[in-house]
Amino acid sequence: MIATPLTGYLLVAALIFAIGLAGALTRRNAILVLIGIELMLNAANLNLIAFWRYGPHPEMLTGMMFAIFSIAVAAAEAAVGLGLVISIYRHVKTTDLDQMNEMKG
Amino acid sequence: MQEGLAFTPQVAASGVAQWLWLVPAVPMLASGVIALLKQPMKKLSSGLAIASLGFSLLVALAAFGHVVSGWSNGYAVREVVNFSWIQVGTTPVELGWVLDPLAAVMLVMVTFVGLLIFIYSTGYMEHDENYTRFFCFLSLFAGAMLGVVIANSILLLFMCWELVGLTSYLLIGFWYQNPSAAAAAKKAFLTTRVGDVFFLLGIVWLFAQTGTLLFYDHGAGSMEPLALGGLLVHHSAWGLTAAGAIGLLIFAGAAGKSGQLPLHVWLPDAMEGPTPVSALIHAATMVAAGVYLVARVYPLMAAGMPAGGTTTSLTVVTWVGASTAVFAALVAVAQNDIKRILAYSTVSQLGYMMAGLGVGGVAVGMFHLITHAFFKALLFMGAGSVIHGAHEEQDIRKMGGLRGAMPVTFATYAIGMLALCGFPLFFSGFWSKDGILEAAQHWSVAKAPFYMLVFGALLTAFYMTRQVSYVFFGTWRGHGHAHESPRVMTMPLAILAFFAVTLAVIGTPAWPWFKAFLNGNAAPFGWAGFSEPGLMALMVTSSVVVLAGLGFGWWIYGAKSPAADEPDALARAMPPVWAVLRDKFYIDELYGATVIAFYGWWAKVADWIDRDIWGDMVSSTTFLFTRWARLNRFLDANVVDGGFDKGCEEIATSGGLLARVQTGRGQMYLRLLALAVVLLAAFLIWSGRG
Repeated sequence: MIATPLTGYLLVAALIFAIGLAGALTRRNAILVLIGIELMLNAANLNLIAFWRYGPHPEMLTGMMFAIFSIAVAAAEAAVGLGLVISIYRHVKTTDLDQMNEMKG
Repeated sequence: MQEGLAFTPQVAASGVAQWLWLVPAVPMLASGVIALLKQPMKKLSSGLAIASLGFSLLVALAAFGHVVSGWSNGYAVREVVNFSWIQVGTTPVELGWVLDPLAAVMLVMVTFVGLLIFIYSTGYMEHDENYTRFFCFLSLFAGAMLGVVIANSILLLFMCWELVGLTSYLLIGFWYQNPSAAAAAKKAFLTTRVGDVFFLLGIVWLFAQTGTLLFYDHGAGSMEPLALGGLLVHHSAWGLTAAGAIGLLIFAGAAGKSGQLPLHVWLPDAMEGPTPVSALIHAATMVAAGVYLVARVYPLMAAGMPAGGTTTSLTVVTWVGASTAVFAALVAVAQNDIKRILAYSTVSQLGYMMAGLGVGGVAVGMFHLITHAFFKALLFMGAGSVIHGAHEEQDIRKMGGLRGAMPVTFATYAIGMLALCGFPLFFSGFWSKDGILEAAQHWSVAKAPFYMLVFGALLTAFYMTRQVSYVFFGTWRGHGHAHESPRVMTMPLAILAFFAVTLAVIGTPAWPWFKAFLNGNAAPFGWAGFSEPGLMALMVTSSVVVLAGLGFGWWIYGAKSPAADEPDALARAMPPVWAVLRDKFYIDELYGATVIAFYGWWAKVADWIDRDIWGDMVSSTTFLFTRWARLNRFLDANVVDGGFDKGCEEIATSGGLLARVQTGRGQMYLRLLALAVVLLAAFLIWSGRG
């Protein structure tokens, strides 16, 4: 079996990151933006695992630990993000980000 | 004051000395209170003034009693209380007061005569609408004068001295609506100021040489042997010692205050003030302050005196005094204003006192000062009574025959007049003047002052006879009916007349108590005093001179009652001499043509310099600055403001542009962020390859 080289993982991760970024930047729906952000986070996780596995000390579980932490943080963040979206929705009765320009100075 | 050493010096301050400051302080305080009173509160204001001076008299009597009891127990009392007023650099400015026989005698005289004149004033000024102001000034004067008397610091003395000058100015100009009174006040102030400038120079010099302002300070004062010794070592110009030069400077101040030649011009004009003022200030006390000052600094004046000789400053004092005595007596002969005659007589008598100090020392001059204070105050108040009774008439040619209408005034005035003339044996003036004549006779430098003073005595008797016969004898030539003054005015006259006679007791050669008291030695009683060589001859001579003057005066003027417009008997006999005397030797005109003309010219020059030089410089500078300011305004409006406005506009525009970027949409920010990340990544990758 030919081992998949590191570049492959990195390319996949970059692709996912790019898709997530595009989604986060272009989508007008807040939920979809959140999903884009989740994609970017997971692309980063994939990178972490890949660098660990192909790194100098694959016997140490550092990369795994990072990924698990990251996933836990992402879960928390997703919960907070969704909570915010819901409360904003209750406030302005929309999830369209273009209409949320309250941050204007 | 070498004789003073015969007695044990006593310097520790007693209780009376500690509280001596009350003597000047209380009248000053009263003056301050009176200043706050309203015009109609007449009774209260004069009551306060009289009560405060009465209190001062009590304290002065207590102090006098203390000094006398010390003296009779063989102590030369000289108690000082000194304190440091302020600290200038490392030098404390010291003030203080002194209680010694000189101060004690003077205190009693000033408070006593002052009190009588205060009481008299309540009658004299009764109808004046500025009654409260009068008593305010009078109290202030009394306080300041008493301050001069007790001062132990030459600076304190000078301060009180100037206060006295100020009150004199205020009181001469009391009727300031009258232009001549205002002018007389100004003249008095300025003339005495001339003397005071020299006095101040003397003070500064004395302080610079001795390093102390105090007269007596337990051996460290400026009038004590240590400092005087230092002053004798230093020499100034013309072979004078520092002591001599300082003595002369201080004497110049005294001459200004005491109306000595050539600074006497203000005193006769000062008679524009109310008569009680003339009596108190310009006869009894203030003008005597100059004499008192010379007596106070006598140790300085006499420093380095050889046995039987004299010093430069005392020689000057004697000559100035003797000249003044004769000069003023001559002028007094030809005056027609009742107060002006007395004023010149005062100048003349002050000359006697100065000459007495010069030839005979403190006791001789001071005795005449004390007796003169009593009889001259009496004469002035008598003159006031006459003026009052004759409906404000002051010209003696328009009086006459007042002997009948004003018997009390006449009797007291006659006593004062005889005392002033030095009528033999029964009047104080005889003994005090005799003391001066005796000292002058034995003066080692020259005999001329003695003959001048004898001639002055003759003139004194003559002009006083002239005045009395014009005023009290002959027939009434005034208008209306003359009337006697109220009791409040005649009572002080009677009291003063009593003392004008009885003061003789303390100064006769048989019992020279006054002299002994001032010099601090014992006063034996004995007729042996009369047996001094030449004394009897002198007494006879002076009696003859006085009687001659009286007789001569009576022979020319006695009871003749000439009409008011008729020329004087003497004027008919020798018109040119009379004119010179009547016009006071043209001294005023001389000053007018020299000093005053010079100042007028100088003022014009100064005015010219001010207007045409400084003024032009100032206005051209102003012109320059105005132009400069206009240019600045132009630059400001067009360059600075323009630039600033442009800058603001630019900032506003670019701010607007930047504000457009800030949409408030989070996604847009994220996009920019992502773009920046991409650009940054591209840059890093690209630069990493290089």
